[in-house]
Amino acid sequence: MNEEKVLKINKISDGIVIDHISPGAALEVLSVLKINGRGNLTVSVLMNVPSKKDGTKDIVKVENRKLAKKELDLISIVSPEATINIIEKFEIKDKFKVKIPKEIKNIIKCNNQNCVTNAREPVDSRFGTEIEGGMEKFRCHYCERTMDLKEVRESLMK
Amino acid sequence: MLKGKSIVSIDDVETEDFYEIFHRASIFKKTVKEGKSLELMKGRIMSTFFFEPSTRTRLSFESAMNRLGGSVISVSEAKNSSAAKGETIADTIRMASSYSDIVVMRHPMEGAARVASEFSTVPVLNGGDGSGQHPTQTLLDLFTIWEKYGKIEDLEISLVGDLKYGRTVHSLIKALNRFNNKINLVSPEILQMPDHFLNTLKNRTKINLNSNIDEVLQTTDVFYVTRIQKERFVDLNDYQKVIGSYSFNQELVDRMKDNAIIMHPLPRVDEIDPKIDGNKRAYYFIEAANGVFVRMALIDLILRGGKVE
Repeated sequence: MNEEKVLKINKISDGIVIDHISPGAALEVLSVLKINGRGNLTVSVLMNVPSKKDGTKDIVKVENRKLAKKELDLISIVSPEATINIIEKFEIKDKFKVKIPKEIKNIIKCNNQNCVTNAREPVDSRFGTEIEGGMEKFRCHYCERTMDLKEVRESLMK
Repeated sequence: MLKGKSIVSIDDVETEDFYEIFHRASIFKKTVKEGKSLELMKGRIMSTFFFEPSTRTRLSFESAMNRLGGSVISVSEAKNSSAAKGETIADTIRMASSYSDIVVMRHPMEGAARVASEFSTVPVLNGGDGSGQHPTQTLLDLFTIWEKYGKIEDLEISLVGDLKYGRTVHSLIKALNRFNNKINLVSPEILQMPDHFLNTLKNRTKINLNSNIDEVLQTTDVFYVTRIQKERFVDLNDYQKVIGSYSFNQELVDRMKDNAIIMHPLPRVDEIDPKIDGNKRAYYFIEAANGVFVRMALIDLILRGGKVE
C-alpha cells in the first residue's frame, strides 16, 4: 500500500486517550462524555482494532479535554475495562484503569417506574454497587431494587 | 439503640433491637391485658399519613399511640391532603415533622419512606411503601414467632403462596435469614421468589427452594401463608388450580405437627378455611393483635429509649 494514502492517527500533545474500551463501545463512551463532534475538539475513534490483551478493542483519543470524576464513573459503567491515559506535552502524565465506584450519585435513573426518585421529589439518584455472582448490581438507595450493568447502560443511552 | 431512629426497612433494625422490641412488646401486652392505662407518651403527638388504603396497620399504630397515652393527628384520605394538590413528600414531611414527634407514613411509591426520613426532623416509621418494605409487619411477625417458641432461630419455617409480589415475605425472609432457620419456599411457579431478591440473602444454604406443601407439612414449625392475588393471573383457570392447592383446611391441619402455628398477614381470601380459625394452630388473629403491642414497643423505644418506669 502506498504510504501516503494511509491516514495515521498522530500522537496527541494534550488530552486524553481512553484505551482498552470494550469492542464496539467507543460510541457509547463518546455519548456519555457528550462528545458529538460538533465542538472544536479533535476526536479520533478506533473501533475493533487488534489488541494483544483483549483480542479486539476500541480506542478514543480526545485532544484538549479533561475528565471529571462523574465522567470517569460513566466510562466505568459503559466499559469497565477501559484505561485512561492523561497526555500532557506528548507525555503520558497519568495512566489508570477506571473503576466502578461503590456509590454512584446522580448518574443512573432508576428503572423502577414506581420508585420515588421518578416522581418530583427533590432527591438525587443514589445507587450502591454490589457484586452478585461475579456480576455488578446497582441497588437504588430509595426503592432498594437492583439494576444490572446492561440495564444501567441502556438507561444511560436513553 | 432505636432512640431517635427512623425505621424504613427491616435492615434498619439491629438484631439486638429485635429482642428489646419483643421484651418491651410483651410487657405492654401484659399491661394492656390487665386493663392498666399508660401515660408514657403524654403530651406527645404522632402524625399518620396513609396515602394508600390500610386497615390493620393504621388502626394498630393509632391504637398503640393512644394506649401509650399519646395523641394522634392524621390525614384521613390522601385525596383530602396537600399531596393531592401536587405537594412533594419532602415538603409534606417537613411540615408534618414540625407538627408532631413521630410520623407514620404509607405511600404507593417505593422509597417514599426513605425520602420522608431524609427530610423529617423527627423519626419516621414506614407503614408500607408500594411493593417495597413493611418493616413493622415483619417485627410483629417475628414477635409472634418469638412469643410462641421463645426464639426466632433453629426453626423450620415454610413461606407459602405469593412469594413474588408479597412484600411481607420479602422482609420476613431477610430477617429470618439472619438466624439459623430452615426456610421452605412453597409457591406456584409463576409466584416464586424472584432470583434478584434471593440473591440478596446472605445465607442461602438453609433455604429450600421449590418445596411442595406435602413435603414440609409434618416438619414445619411456622407456616407463613400469604394471599394469592387474583389480578396477577392472566388465565383464571390457573388461579383456580393454584388457589386450591394452598387451601389450609382441616385435612391439612390434622397432618401438621402438634405445636405448629399458621400465620397470615391478612387479609385472607381462600388460602385459609375459616373453619380452622378455632384450631390451636391458627395464629393469624393473635398475630394481628400483636401489631398494637409491637408498635407500642417501637414508639416507646424510639421516642423514650424504652426506659422502664
